[in-house]
Amino acid sequence: MKWQGRAIYKGQAAGEALVTEMGISFFGGVDPESGVVVERGHQLEGKSIAGKVLIFPTGKGSTVGSYTLYRLKMAGKAPAAIVNAECETITAVGCIIAEIPCVDQVPIHELASGERMVVDGERGTVAILEE
Amino acid sequence: MKLNQEEQAMLEGEQGEATQKAMEILVALGKIYGAERMLPVTSVQIAGVSYDNLGEAGLHFLNNMAEGGGKARVLTTLNPAGMDVENWESLGIGRDFAEKQNQVIQAFSRMNVITTCTCTPYLSGNVPHFGEHIAWAESSAVCYANSVIGARTNREGGPSALAAALTGRTPAYGMHLDEARKAGILVEVKAVLHENDDFGAMGKAIGDQLQGMESKPIPYVRGVSGASLEQLKSFSASLATYGGAALFHMEGVTPEAVRYEPPLGSISISDIDIERAKEELIDGDSAEADFVTLGCPHLSLKEIARIAELLEGKQVVKEFWITSARPTKQIADRMGYTATIEASGAKFATDTCCVVAPIKGRFNTMVTDSAKACYYASAKNEFKTIIKPFDDVVLSATAEGGRRSGK
Repeated sequence: MKWQGRAIYKGQAAGEALVTEMGISFFGGVDPESGVVVERGHQLEGKSIAGKVLIFPTGKGSTVGSYTLYRLKMAGKAPAAIVNAECETITAVGCIIAEIPCVDQVPIHELASGERMVVDGERGTVAILEE
Repeated sequence: MKLNQEEQAMLEGEQGEATQKAMEILVALGKIYGAERMLPVTSVQIAGVSYDNLGEAGLHFLNNMAEGGGKARVLTTLNPAGMDVENWESLGIGRDFAEKQNQVIQAFSRMNVITTCTCTPYLSGNVPHFGEHIAWAESSAVCYANSVIGARTNREGGPSALAAALTGRTPAYGMHLDEARKAGILVEVKAVLHENDDFGAMGKAIGDQLQGMESKPIPYVRGVSGASLEQLKSFSASLATYGGAALFHMEGVTPEAVRYEPPLGSISISDIDIERAKEELIDGDSAEADFVTLGCPHLSLKEIARIAELLEGKQVVKEFWITSARPTKQIADRMGYTATIEASGAKFATDTCCVVAPIKGRFNTMVTDSAKACYYASAKNEFKTIIKPFDDVVLSATAEGGRRSGK
């Protein structure tokens, strides 16, 4: 399976998909040292986003969240790639400064956690990796 | 999105790594928000200056951009830092923090950013004129510049404002275009407004209502007969904080109000709404107030003169921070206001403010005239808050005001 979206930031990465229907606030919502989601009541609370293809509808919260993505990258805990339904400023800027491939305008409800996926930030595609 | 030759060269890295990264940010934002082209900007205001907000990652990024050869191409000023750059010790800021904060400021300085450290750049020489395209972060200044001055800026974040500085560009979308500046809701003000705290409370009352609306319409405010710079500064800060607003029109006051028909849908603001908004900003008890602060947004010279007048010959009995921009304080020094104020025991916290300084949990209850300051004191610093008129705030710091404790 392959989906054509819109390229937000370049680069290719593969990883295990981690999908949520909820928006993510990186500042305050994700621990910048461990990559674990700490927002109370979030679907992903307690799960690590490190090395994952992180799939969520859109970012929310403080613009400082862009720096949280950069901090995660420095700590080696950043997601491998990000896929959004609609990307916004915080996530886009965070992906660019942290150099995380990012694609949006993908029907994210068709994607499931646990699949191995590959994201191409150049072509704007998301695909399930065939084993 | 169409880029001209120079913009394309920036994107391809021909003008250095930092400029390339900056252009990548702007192109991505342009793509997301449907901009057709870039616009040249004449002025930039950068937020994300306090080390308390940036942390090590932010500092690392800024150093990378400076090392990557980034240089501001247009007049660019800075938001408040986490401390008074010259007087941090007397404010109880630790040495380690001070060192990191200075590194942040040096990184900006290496990129030719003017290190004014103020949230009111329009009082310190970064003053766009009507219709100019600018790229400002700092939500209160964005709201003031769009509304009171009639310049045009989106609500930028720290990195996107830096990107605009290093390229001299911003993508043409949102507040830069006429259609996004149209008033969407009429606000009939029936309340009588006296001071900064009334205007701040009105910003909260309107802002809270905007937050509940899906479309976030631009308010067209009618019924305010006049407003001083200080009152508009207070209103802009509060409306941006509570309503996420980038722009308002005020009949008879702001320049673009004449451009638009007042919209049909309306809300009204009465004295009761203003009182209710203030009550919501008071959860502290005067007897427990241990921190008094004025200058959110940063004080004008006129406000500092008034504080000096009120404190002449008096002593303060509480920690009292007066926050302003360095250039404003320097004139206050010359006029003798600083000497009078410092003789009372009150402290200047120049270059910084109660929102961005690392003071979480340090005080119990804060007294201020600023609705915005109340929001951050409560949400970020875990203080209780009391809002009062300007003069009463000053007096509440003195022994006399402490005894006379009202609410």
